[in-house]
Amino acid sequence: MEDLLNAFLLMSNFVFVPAIAYGSQLALGAVGVTLVYGVLRFSNFAHGDTMAFGTMVVILFTWWLQSMGINIGPLPTALLALPFGIIVTAVFLLSSDKLIYRFYREQKAAPVIYLIASVGIMFVLNGVVRFIIGPNDQNFNDGERFIVKARAMKQYLGTAEGVSIKVSQGLTVITAIIVVLALFWFLNKTRTGKSMRAFSDNEDLALLSGISPDKVVAVTWILVAILATVAGTLYGLDKSFKPFTYFQLLLPIFASAIVGGLGNPLGAIAGGFVIAFSEIMITYPYKKFVAYIVPGDWKPEGLVQLLATDYKFAVSFIILVLVLLFRPTGIFAGKSV
Amino acid sequence: MKKFLLATVASAAMVTAAHADDVKIGVFLGFTGPIESLVAEMGPGAELAIAEISASGKFMNGSTVTAVRADTTCVDAGAATAAAERLITSDKVSGIVGGDCSGVTTATLTNVALPNGMVMISPSATSPALSTIEDNGLFFRTAPSDARQGVVMTNIIMEKGIKSVALTYTNNDYGKGLADAFAAAYEAAGGEVTINASHEDGKADYSSEVGALAAAGGDVLVVAGYLDQGGKGIIQASLDTGAFDTFVLPDGMVGGSLPEAIGSDLNGSFGQAPGVDAAAFIAHVDGKFNAESPFAAESYDAAALILLAMQAAGSKSPSDYKGKVFDVANAPGEKIQVGELAKGMEILASGGEIDYVGASNVELIGAGESKGNYRQIEIKDGKVSTVKYR
Repeated sequence: MEDLLNAFLLMSNFVFVPAIAYGSQLALGAVGVTLVYGVLRFSNFAHGDTMAFGTMVVILFTWWLQSMGINIGPLPTALLALPFGIIVTAVFLLSSDKLIYRFYREQKAAPVIYLIASVGIMFVLNGVVRFIIGPNDQNFNDGERFIVKARAMKQYLGTAEGVSIKVSQGLTVITAIIVVLALFWFLNKTRTGKSMRAFSDNEDLALLSGISPDKVVAVTWILVAILATVAGTLYGLDKSFKPFTYFQLLLPIFASAIVGGLGNPLGAIAGGFVIAFSEIMITYPYKKFVAYIVPGDWKPEGLVQLLATDYKFAVSFIILVLVLLFRPTGIFAGKSV
Repeated sequence: MKKFLLATVASAAMVTAAHADDVKIGVFLGFTGPIESLVAEMGPGAELAIAEISASGKFMNGSTVTAVRADTTCVDAGAATAAAERLITSDKVSGIVGGDCSGVTTATLTNVALPNGMVMISPSATSPALSTIEDNGLFFRTAPSDARQGVVMTNIIMEKGIKSVALTYTNNDYGKGLADAFAAAYEAAGGEVTINASHEDGKADYSSEVGALAAAGGDVLVVAGYLDQGGKGIIQASLDTGAFDTFVLPDGMVGGSLPEAIGSDLNGSFGQAPGVDAAAFIAHVDGKFNAESPFAAESYDAAALILLAMQAAGSKSPSDYKGKVFDVANAPGEKIQVGELAKGMEILASGGEIDYVGASNVELIGAGESKGNYRQIEIKDGKVSTVKYR
């Protein structure tokens, strides 16, 4: 019994908790990507750097709040700075839409033109973020670090294994749930949300029934600003802020969105968790886990690892390829790519 | 008449040449290219030793020494080869301080120095491949091979009585080379490496890497990575999950920003980085250039070694003095500290033996490379503090 508990705690500490937190981070990013794809009909490659931009603004406001001596006890000050970050990011996205994407919309440009334009914006954002805050790591997490610490838990339970749960991980999961619920309520219950879905389903019909395209586009960008800034900030709190890693995040985020079904918010969330869990579970060595659940001295010699961690990225891509081969619309029938 | 006079003068000059000569030394470094900022201090380092010996008047019956610069560019093997050709055939140098980067050094050694029988002493090429290259005894370096750090790290870990480690490295030539060198040395010393896994830099999440390292177990985690890249991510995730408490940090991980970013949990972790107690050299250079810049001291020593070997052999011909480099660099003999080059010249002239210590504590091992000097560090109270030099 004790061994089973240990095995469970071991898996929780190294697989479930990190995968749930990482999955929520990916899910929040993927929902943003999927929203742009659904409503504006292009793959927004600038999303990773939009997250970096939003986080940068949040960090700058966090520093300002910290210098004023404002904080919220055990929670990170960055949560207070979030609204400022969202506003600045929304202004940025709306002006980039006005300056760049609107031109192509009026031309009725093909989606690939938008995609290339978004690559351009990605590079510009890359530069802007590095110019303002620099390419280095910024650690802006203050407040408590842990909800439960592995060592404390071991002592309390008297087990060989313990579980650590970080404040940032808890925050990530809770915020992800709240944001996603709010998004679904917005899309399904409000008039604006419904008009967005109508616009996404059939643009011409939506325009005929009097939906203002400008408003739909503007609301979409504002939602993207909220999602990107929240996702970026949570990720930064959990790991740390470095512009380059946000650029790298783009790959798993797109994998999540496509696996779930591009254009389908529910799919994006599922996709985020599928990618996170498979990355971690397939490369996890089950040596200790097996040692706990098998009797006596059947302890395995090797690591009992399916794939070396070097192939972690390959896992997401294999899933991506399989999904595109057998279910091109993604797990939750989104749009075919 | 005029011709006769000229001929007399010329022959007179040639006669004296046998006694006092002007010896030319090539300073063959990347004055342009990726390491130009380091070479800005390395070049003057080599030239300082050359100027001191030349001014002492005790070098080979009062011969003078002149430095001739040439550019390796650090990356362009073609340009480097041409520049080295020029040094030997047109400038007629008697020895070369250089090259600097491992790639161009290998190219010039095989294409130019070897066919021409020229001695090269590199102050900064650290690739382990240069330890085993075919060199006819012509190539030396005052920098240690990267493989050497694995041995030093093994010694430090073994002295602490740690017999089992997990090992992760950044997936590039540096990380892989260091990890393999360390694993070989550590296992030879009787330690156990439970896992030798790579990590990629700039990843979004390191939980799976840490999961694997934790499952394999080990008393400490050796992180052969970069302190502002994946190495930091691995340490952070290990501490968060309680997988490891103590970390061994090789040179890529030593820096003030790491304890600052991780916090007090890093206290007690230890490691090493190349470094020497440079106080004497700094005082000697006296602000003429930045003596603390990497490889500046090694450059000074490379130039000094060539000239000391010439003095010991009594000849500026590379084939004569190449066998003397080891003799002047290592014991037995009187220790020659930085700034005592004139004294070294005197001892050698009178037939004595010296053990050149110089600016970077030179001790040649193996095929003619520096044993290397490492600064053993420990993280104490959130700061990198020096334990000792070894």
